[in-house]
Amino acid sequence: MSDLKESEAKIMAKKASFSARGTATRIIPCLDIKGGRVVKGVRFENLVDSGEPAELSARYEAEGADEIALLDISATLEERKTALGAVAAVRQAVSIPISVGGGIKSVEDAERLLNAGADRVSINSAAVRNPGLISALAKRFGVQCVIVAIDARRQTESSVWEVVIDAGKSPTGMDAVDWARRCASLGAGEILLTSIDRDGTGQGYDIELVSAIAAAARIPVIASGGATKPEHFLEGVMAGASAVLGAGAFHRRELAIVDLKQYLSKHEVEVRL
Amino acid sequence: MSDVCLVIAATGAANLASVKAMCARAGVKSLVTDDPDTLYRAGKALLPGVGAFGAAMGKLRASGLDKALGARIAEGLPTMGICLGMQMLCVSSEESPEVPGIGAIPCAVEKFKGELPLPQLGWNRITPNHGDGFLQPGWAYFANSYRVKAPPAGYEASSCNYGEEFAATIEGNTDQATKIPRILLCQFHPELSGPWGLDLFLRWMGLAGMETLS
Repeated sequence: MSDLKESEAKIMAKKASFSARGTATRIIPCLDIKGGRVVKGVRFENLVDSGEPAELSARYEAEGADEIALLDISATLEERKTALGAVAAVRQAVSIPISVGGGIKSVEDAERLLNAGADRVSINSAAVRNPGLISALAKRFGVQCVIVAIDARRQTESSVWEVVIDAGKSPTGMDAVDWARRCASLGAGEILLTSIDRDGTGQGYDIELVSAIAAAARIPVIASGGATKPEHFLEGVMAGASAVLGAGAFHRRELAIVDLKQYLSKHEVEVRL
Repeated sequence: MSDVCLVIAATGAANLASVKAMCARAGVKSLVTDDPDTLYRAGKALLPGVGAFGAAMGKLRASGLDKALGARIAEGLPTMGICLGMQMLCVSSEESPEVPGIGAIPCAVEKFKGELPLPQLGWNRITPNHGDGFLQPGWAYFANSYRVKAPPAGYEASSCNYGEEFAATIEGNTDQATKIPRILLCQFHPELSGPWGLDLFLRWMGLAGMETLS
């Protein structure tokens, strides 16, 4: 059997499980925000300006985006204030859900972002340092509001991934699969899973990672890091992701969300068209 | 901006930015209140819903808004409930068994049955009930682990499926001329459901919907 036919057969086999998922697979463009502008880097470094958040979000909604992810990568207090304004501007611009992450350390931080217009918040480093924050947010705002973002790095030549925090700078020694399971039991409503090895490389998701976490977590998983081509996104869905996140390929107009959705639909993935 | 106004019940826990943004988009004035009398007298009222059942019910009881909402439903006054707002109008919820709901809609809210991951998070297909002259088929955005299975006697529902059939809306006291249900409870979030949700909101407010959808 040729590779192509083999992959077609795999797709058909997955068809039943897609339709049993209940909700449409979501396409989520992610906007990294710094100083009120959208930026994009490679492996969390070398940032390039990619536009104005509200304008870009409105374009993505028109193209068929199912949700907007905003990641505040501000380094200073001044920049963080600007980010709050960006959230409010995006809220006025779109009528689809907005999630916001970056620098949330407390219930009060989350509340500020929700009041500015976020529908959901994602926490990353603070959840590792203080797992009780996951439960506190879930109790206050409901589990649907709480996303735990996990940045995972593959250990050399193995199927083991380590949780890394502080934007890729601090290894934790924690196993990503164990951590995902724990997040779910603490009250996370969803996992935003980023492969640090793949982020910004355009090589596609770390499929093995997505599959391991989706099987373990029992809550929806957003695949992130490295997807630029329609095939990459399809692989993420097939690995068990409920939503697939992209950034650079959308910002640079290499891939239009509407075309991606049509591609997924042709491959029997249910999307909102 | 038209003279049409929506009075929104303050529940403390709810994030109102999305609902307010929908009002702005629709050209509708919005007013958030914790005064029962203001809410009761409103031409159109909304009980929004984000947060946990127990905490939000506590706020409604403390302000007396629960009684105002109960009276509006009993009298069939134009009232919309969204997500948790829909659930709080019911008798009880498995989310907080120790905290009773407003009880205006004689239904119990239960956790989804089945194998699918919870919460239900994302876009699901709405199928209007046969004879529903108001709701359009389309995709709506949901974020819930609990649901009402079916509407009580005297109410209609549009259905949706997430491992099992459940009520996506509960609709009551429909105006026979306009086909608009004065009571419109949505398990989904119209404010986050793109142009389809905005169209639904505009028409419920008695304004012209979006041409591309009608």
